[in-house]
Amino acid sequence: MDKAAVIGVGITKIEANKIKETFADMVWEAVNKALSDAKMTIDDIDNVITTSNDFWDGRTISCMAVGDASGARHKNVSCVEGDGTFGAFYGLARVLSGSYGTTLVTAHSKGSESVSSLITNAAFDPIYDRALGMDMVSACALQARAYMHRTGTTPEQMAMVSVKNHGNAKYNPLSQLPMDITVQDVLESEMISDPLHKLDCSPVSDGCCAVIIANGKRTSRYGGVPVWIKGVAFCADSYFIGDREISKAVALTKAAKNAFSMAQITDPLSEIDVAEVYDAFTYQELMWIEAMGLSEGGKAGINLEKGHYDIKGRLPVNPSGGLLSGHPVIAGGLIRIAEIVKQLRGEAGGYQVAGARTGVAHGVNGLCGQSHCVWVLTAS
Amino acid sequence: MAAKENLIVESKGSGQPFNYAVGMHGSRFFKELRENRKLLGIKCPKCGKVYVPPRRVCGECFAEMTVFVEVGPKGVIGTFTILRYAFIDPETGEQKPVPYGYGFIRFDGADTLFQHYISIEDESKIKIGARVEPVFSEERKGNVKDILYFKVIDGE
Repeated sequence: MDKAAVIGVGITKIEANKIKETFADMVWEAVNKALSDAKMTIDDIDNVITTSNDFWDGRTISCMAVGDASGARHKNVSCVEGDGTFGAFYGLARVLSGSYGTTLVTAHSKGSESVSSLITNAAFDPIYDRALGMDMVSACALQARAYMHRTGTTPEQMAMVSVKNHGNAKYNPLSQLPMDITVQDVLESEMISDPLHKLDCSPVSDGCCAVIIANGKRTSRYGGVPVWIKGVAFCADSYFIGDREISKAVALTKAAKNAFSMAQITDPLSEIDVAEVYDAFTYQELMWIEAMGLSEGGKAGINLEKGHYDIKGRLPVNPSGGLLSGHPVIAGGLIRIAEIVKQLRGEAGGYQVAGARTGVAHGVNGLCGQSHCVWVLTAS
Repeated sequence: MAAKENLIVESKGSGQPFNYAVGMHGSRFFKELRENRKLLGIKCPKCGKVYVPPRRVCGECFAEMTVFVEVGPKGVIGTFTILRYAFIDPETGEQKPVPYGYGFIRFDGADTLFQHYISIEDESKIKIGARVEPVFSEERKGNVKDILYFKVIDGE
């Protein structure tokens, strides 16, 4: 595919509690940053997709509450409930339909305004699961245990993901948790839910991201630098976690295969220069890159130890600091796309991956990676 | 300079009451559990996979399932965690005492994993693959808490 491009991105600073801002305020900031980045005005936007989650926002039809801040008044606006990568997929489909030349996609959430464990508990089946108190952290702890059991990944290797990503975040001014920490610090941090320590988990965060996607002649009309969308795919697994092969992400394997195939990438490991993946927990970074075929099966932990995923490594993963350094749910995946765009334009500053030409961004929707969306992007 | 004040509107304790339909498959599952301490799964006519809890559709085959089969009650731990952070029980609004064990159980005769509490009296026995059995509540009401928890069976 070589018809559509990301032509503008905007990310707010990711913070634990943006107490001065409503979520529409965050959207306003991200949208204006993206318009400025693309050298466009709101009049150049043909249609809008907003991405949000009603429980996180504490209101129904939450997506419509950010319409004005997204410049959607008097325009065709539609909504996606889920991760921003899925909102962007819909936005891309709309420009590829030919009905629109440009789509503005926004994704936001404020984790600070609610009790995260209750929100994620409410995602579970109300008849069989919810009353037992399952939430995102405990469910992912179960998955982490199963992944470690299958692959032999060690707590130390998982801790190294945290060390790497919090360390990378020191170069990212938008990051919430830049930290100099050691493997020992991670292993000595509070045990939340075996085998996950506090520093194996991403924080609760507030933030918003906006991305502008254009088609055909509109990709180069405004003076911004287009980054080309070469392949995109998503794939879902079963709703009940107990129905899945929980230590593997078969839906991600399929999504990645389809996205790479669309992008005519035959050897992802040698052709991908940089990856931003949905590292809500340390083990997930390893599990996802393995499922995408960016590591040999079960070897991601060992490759990490060798430094392969460092900013100067063979395949830099989450050079921005990832979600471990700031995790606004819903915006999380869209930020991964925006970060890859910055890398491919050579604008990532202190965490720039030298010579990055092709990158992959990944988003997750649902519990323990029920569905995955994979984007392959290339530099102009 | 005057101290900063934060103007915040709280939702307080207002709830959103729901009446969730358990469905005919769930009703049968909970009735057997309550009255006979039996666990029911359901078998896909196409792939033969046995699902617990029983539900109408095999997502793998997009086929309707109608054949109920008894599973367990014994099984093995598929994976587990031990919760050590205070969790607000959504049913009571109170903090649940920690630590407690949580796991996915594969009942004998089932292909999927069923999540529930695991007794952690002896943490060293909690392992993937360990054999477990359910401890039923004496006063069963026809819900998922008719099983109190699973415990590791010694010597199996």
